[in-house]
Amino acid sequence: MNRFDYVRAGTVAEAVQALSGANARLIAGGTNLVDLMKYNVERPDRLVDITRLPLNAIEDHEGGLRIGALVTNAIAAYDERVASRYPVLASAILAGATGQLRNAATTGGNLNQRTRCYYFYDDATPCNKREPGTGCPAIGGVNRIHAIFGISPTCIATHPSDMCVALAALDAEIRVAGPSGERSIPFSEYHRLPGGTPQFDNTLQPGEIVLSVDLPAQDTASHYTYLKLRDRLSYAFALVSVAAILDLDGDTVSRARFALGGVAHKPWRNAEAEAFLQGKAPTRENFEAAADIVIREATPQDGNAFKVELARRAIIRGLTQAAAGTPQSVSDKRIA
Amino acid sequence: MLIDSGSPRAMETIGISLTINGETRNLQVAPWTTLLDLLREGLDLTGTKKGCDHGQCGACTVLVDGKRINSCLALAVMKDGAEITTIEGLGQAGAMHPLQAAFVEHDAFQCGYCTPGQICSAAGMLAEGHAHSREEIREAMSGNICRCGAYTNIVDAIEDVMQSGAAR
Amino acid sequence: MVTTISSTGTDSFVGTARSRVDGPAKVTGLAKYAGEFAAPDLAHGYVVSGGIAKGRITAIDTTSAEAVPGVIKVYTHENRPRTAWLDYNYRDAVAPPGSPFRALYDDAIHYSGQPVALVVAEDFETARYAASLVRVTYEAELPAVNVGAQAELAYDPPMKRAGIKPPPEPWGDADGAFQAAPKKVANDYRLAVEHHNPMEPHASTVVWEGGGKITVYDKIQGVSNSHGYIAAVFGMNKEDVRVLNPYLGGGFGIGLRPQYQLFLAVLAARDLERSVRVTLTRDQMFTFGYRPDVRQRVSLGADAEGRLQSLRHDALSGTSRFEDYQEVVVNWSAILYDCDNVALTYNLTKIDTYTPADMRAPGAVTGVLALEIAMDELAYETGQDPIALRLKNYSESDRTEGKPFGSKALRACYAEGADRFGWARRNPEPRSMRDGRELVGWGMATGVWESLMQQSSAQATLTADGKLTVGNSTGDLGTGTYTILTQIAADALGLQMEDVTTKLGDTDLAEAPVAGGSWTAASSGTAVMKACRKIAAEVFGMARAMDDSPLANVDFDRVVFSDGRISVAGDPSRSVSLVEAMRAGGVDKVEATDSAGPDSGHAKEFSAYTHSAIFAEVKVDEDLGQIRVTRIVSAIAAGKIINPKTARSQILGGVVMGIGSALEEESMLDHTIGRFMNHNLAEYHVPVNADIHDIDVIFVEEEDRANPMGVKGLGEIGIVGTAAAIANAVFHATGKRIRELPITVDKILG
Repeated sequence: MNRFDYVRAGTVAEAVQALSGANARLIAGGTNLVDLMKYNVERPDRLVDITRLPLNAIEDHEGGLRIGALVTNAIAAYDERVASRYPVLASAILAGATGQLRNAATTGGNLNQRTRCYYFYDDATPCNKREPGTGCPAIGGVNRIHAIFGISPTCIATHPSDMCVALAALDAEIRVAGPSGERSIPFSEYHRLPGGTPQFDNTLQPGEIVLSVDLPAQDTASHYTYLKLRDRLSYAFALVSVAAILDLDGDTVSRARFALGGVAHKPWRNAEAEAFLQGKAPTRENFEAAADIVIREATPQDGNAFKVELARRAIIRGLTQAAAGTPQSVSDKRIA
Repeated sequence: MLIDSGSPRAMETIGISLTINGETRNLQVAPWTTLLDLLREGLDLTGTKKGCDHGQCGACTVLVDGKRINSCLALAVMKDGAEITTIEGLGQAGAMHPLQAAFVEHDAFQCGYCTPGQICSAAGMLAEGHAHSREEIREAMSGNICRCGAYTNIVDAIEDVMQSGAAR
Repeated sequence: MVTTISSTGTDSFVGTARSRVDGPAKVTGLAKYAGEFAAPDLAHGYVVSGGIAKGRITAIDTTSAEAVPGVIKVYTHENRPRTAWLDYNYRDAVAPPGSPFRALYDDAIHYSGQPVALVVAEDFETARYAASLVRVTYEAELPAVNVGAQAELAYDPPMKRAGIKPPPEPWGDADGAFQAAPKKVANDYRLAVEHHNPMEPHASTVVWEGGGKITVYDKIQGVSNSHGYIAAVFGMNKEDVRVLNPYLGGGFGIGLRPQYQLFLAVLAARDLERSVRVTLTRDQMFTFGYRPDVRQRVSLGADAEGRLQSLRHDALSGTSRFEDYQEVVVNWSAILYDCDNVALTYNLTKIDTYTPADMRAPGAVTGVLALEIAMDELAYETGQDPIALRLKNYSESDRTEGKPFGSKALRACYAEGADRFGWARRNPEPRSMRDGRELVGWGMATGVWESLMQQSSAQATLTADGKLTVGNSTGDLGTGTYTILTQIAADALGLQMEDVTTKLGDTDLAEAPVAGGSWTAASSGTAVMKACRKIAAEVFGMARAMDDSPLANVDFDRVVFSDGRISVAGDPSRSVSLVEAMRAGGVDKVEATDSAGPDSGHAKEFSAYTHSAIFAEVKVDEDLGQIRVTRIVSAIAAGKIINPKTARSQILGGVVMGIGSALEEESMLDHTIGRFMNHNLAEYHVPVNADIHDIDVIFVEEEDRANPMGVKGLGEIGIVGTAAAIANAVFHATGKRIRELPITVDKILG
C-alpha cells in the first residue's frame, strides 16, 4: 500500500473539496479500495474518509425509497421497506459477497467497485484499465470470467456487482454531488462501456460523490427474481446473473425488465428484448425469443463462449421464476 | 475537516481510541495500518488470522461494534471510537464462549487457522438472527473458508449453540 | 516381532473418540503459528515477486525502496550474501532429483512469480510499501508452460525420486490383448493444476539469539527438514539452529519442503544479525509448488462380462526445468485390479514453472481419478454394475510387487458403503433419476493409498508428580497428532489423558521426519509407545525393588498399567502407584527415548495399502449446469482407528478437497505470459460451507500387522477417488462423460 494523506470529511462539501486536486479517493467500507491498494492497483495520494457524512439513512422518497450512499449492504438488504417493496434488490445484495463483507461494504462503494479481471488485479501484467495504453492480455489470455457484451478492442472486463444488476432492472437513479452542485443520473447512464477509455468505469465527473440511490415508486414485490450462476455455491462472483421484474396483467406481460450481471462492463439490459415481451404471454417460447434477442449481440472470447448459452438459459429461467412468482432463494441452492 | 494529515508522508501516525475486548486503548496508528495488522503486529493479538489479506477467506473476522467484518480490509484509523471483540475477548481456555466449546466438542476444525475467524463469524451471525436452518447457516458461514474441510462439523457446532440458546 | 499395545496399558483411550487436546488453544486464539512469534527488535521482510516466466533480469533498481524511512536493506541477486555453492546443500529431505531453486541466486528467471528481491524494514507496512517501489527490468523469453504442447519432449526421469516407485515392468501383452478384447474403453483424462492453499500462508520468523545462533519458527510439516536445510545452505552447525513449529495452519504437502521465505528470512537475519520475519502473501502462495499437470490415457480391454484382459495407463507429467518431480500416478491401476496384460508408463516433460509439489495423496488423486472414471465407462460398456465390475476384477495380491496385501478390506468397504448409500436402489440408466427440475446422479469409485511408516524417534519423561510428557519433532498439520499421541502415551502408562502433555514441532525434541504420506500415526505413534514402554519397564523395576513390594517376583509381562498404578494382571489388589515407585527408586523423573521404523520383514512379505469406496450423489440443474454434491458416503479401510473423532475429520477433509477437485479447483495458466492468473482465493475456488452437504464416513475394521498398533494412516485416503465418484455421478445424472476436471458449468453445457 502506498503512502497517502488521510482526511476525514465532516460534510459533503468538505468531501467534494478534498477530492479536488490530488489523486484522491473516497473511502467508506474499504472492502474494494483497501483490497486494490494492497495490490498496488489503486495508489491514491489522499484518502477521504466519508464514513461520518450523514448519508446512512434509508428514507421514503417520492413514493419510492432513497438509500443513502453509506448504508451498508447488510442494512439495505434486511431493511423492511427494501425487502417488502424491492425484494429483487435485497435478493441481489444477499447473493453477493459474504456476511462480513456486506456488513462493511456500502451502497455507494458497491456502485463504484472495480472489475475482477485477473489482469487488472495483477500489476505484473499489462492492462488498459489499470494503465491505459499498455494492452489487454485478457484478449487471447485467460478470459473465463470476462464480458460477452459491449466489449472493446481495449478491454473485456465486467462489472462484478450483484446489487447493481437489480438496480439496473429497477431503473434506479444515482444522486451525486460535485463542484457544480447536485445531479441525478439514470442508472443506465451511470456505468459505461469501455470503448477507448476503459480506465473509466462510470460517468462520475472529477470531484463528484455519490449521495444516494433513489428507487422510483413501483410494485415489484410479486414477480421478480435474482438468479446468480457462479463457480461455487456461495462467495463467488457471477459468471452470469439475471435480475428480472415482470409486471403481469392477467396472462399478459405489461412490462418486462431484466438485467444481466457478469457479462459486460455494466449491468446489461436490452430494450428490444424487453419490448418484445410487452403484451405477450409469459410463456417459455416468448422468454426464449427474448433471450435470443439478447444474445444476438454477444461477442465472446475463447474462454467465455459458454457464457452466451448460459446467459440465454439464465434469462429464460429468470423470467420463468419471475412469472411464476418463485424467486430464487439465496440459501436454498436448488434453482427454482 | 476533522482531520487532515497534511502533505503526503508528513504525518506518520494519528491518535485513535479503540475499545478492544473491553479495554479502551489510545493508540497511534499510521493511516495505512489495517485493523488486522494493528491487532496482530501492534497489539500481539495474533488470534485473529491473516489468511489472504484481501477479504477472500474470512480468517481475519472480528466483531466491530457487534458486527462481523473482515479486519484485513478495515483501516484502523477509520475505526476510531469503535468497540472491537477478537477471539481472545470472546472467551478464554477455562472460560470458553459456548461457540468455542461447541467447536471443540464437534471437532469443528483441524489446523485451527481459520477457527478464530469462524467462531467470530458465527457469533456475529447468531447476533444477526437471519439464519435458522442448516441451509441458512451454511450460506451465512460461507464467508469463512476452511481448507481442512471441517464445514459439516462447523455447522453442527453452530446449530448446537443455536438450539441451546447459549450464545449471548 | 509383533507387539501389541495392550500388553502394557489398558487400552482405554486408544480407539475411542476424544476431543483434540490442542482444541482449547486453537479456539481461543492462543495457538501460535510460525509468523506469529514475537521477537525483540523484529524486522519484517516482504518479497518482491517477478513478473515474467522466463528470461533474465537486466536491471533492478532499489534506490526508491531504500530511500523509504524505515527500510533497513533490500536484498537482490546483486547483493545477496554468499550461501552454499553446491546443489547438494539445497536438497532438502524430500527434494526430487535436480537442482533446487535458489532465491536471489542470479539474474535468471525460471518461472513467473519468482522472488527477485526481499525488502527488510522496521515494520510490515513499510516493507510492503517499499517493495512496490523496486523496479525490475527484464529481458523476456517466450515461456513454454503447456504440458500438452511439450509432449514430444517427454522423457523417463533418469534419476528416480526416493520413495517413489517407478511403474513396474509391463507383463503380458497389453496392446495385443486390447486389440483382441471384445469390450474396450480408451480415453484421455486430465485434472487441472491445483494449489494447496493452506489457510496459513507460508511464514518464517527467525529469532537472532546472538553468537551466531538462531531460533526459527517455520511453516513446515516437520522441523527436521528445515533444520537440515538451514545448516547445509548457510553452513551452520545444527547446534546453533533450533527450529520450531508447534502448530501448522494446514499443509496438504506444501509444507513438506522448506520454501523460499525460510531461505530469505535466515539470509537476512544472519546478514543483519537481527530477528527477521518473512510472511508470504496469499498471491505468493501460488509462486511455488502445485499439483502437477498430468496428461493421462487409460485403455481398458475386457471380455463381454467385464473381466479385464488389458490394462494400459500412460501418464505425462509436467515438471520444472530444474527438478524432476515424480509421484506415483499409474501404478495404482495394477494394484487395484487384477489383469494379465498390463502396461504402465510415467514420463515427464519440462515447463517453465516452479517444481510441482506433493499435494494430498500426490499421484493417487490424479491417477485413480482417470482409472476410476475409465472403470465406470467400462461398467457401462459391458452393462455391469460399477461395484460388480470392480469385484470381478478385484486384486487379491499386489502384482506390481508380487506380494499379498497385509490387509485389504475393500470388499467390505464396497458392501458397507453401498448399503449405507442405498446403492441397490440405483437405476443405472443415465438421466433416469430426477428430483424436480434436477437430474440426480449416483456414482461410485474406489480409493487407494500406500500405508507407510518412516523411521521416527520419540521421547518420554515421567515426573514424580505422575505427569508424563512425550513428543518428537514431527508436525501436527491439523491431523490430530497431538491428540492421538496423548491417547497412546496415556494408555501405555495407564494415565489419564490430562496427565499427559505432548510436544511436537521442535528440533530440541527427538527427531522424526516430516509429517506426510499418512505415516505419522504409525511412525510417531509406535515410537511414543515404545518410549513409554521403556519408562514402564524402568518404573516397574523400581516398584518391584520396593521393600515388601506387592509386585515382588512378578514379571513385566504380567502387570498392567492403569489409573496411575502398576498392578498384577487379574489381581488389582497387588499394585504400586507410579509415584510411589519413583519415590522408592529415589528419582524425580524417568526419561526414555526410543525409535520405531518399518518392519522390514513384514514389508518384504506384504504390500500395505489403505482402501476406500466412495459413493456420491449429485443433483444437476440440467439447463443451467449447476451441480450440487448432496451426499457422500466414504467407507474407509485403514487398519486400526486410534481416535474415531479426529479420524472422521481427516476423511471429511479429504472428501471436501475431493469435491473441490471435482467441481471447482483450477489454477489457470496464461500460456503467453506463463503465469497462473487466478492467484488468489477469490478466483481460485475452494469449497465454501454452502458447497458441502452430508458426508457420511464409515470405518471398516481391519487387522493389520505392519506395525504394533495396526495403524495404516488416514491423511490422504479420504480424497482419493472422491472426484471420480462425483464425475461418475455427473455422468449418471446427465449422460455426459466429462474427463477433464474440474467439472465446471461450461463443460456441462458444452
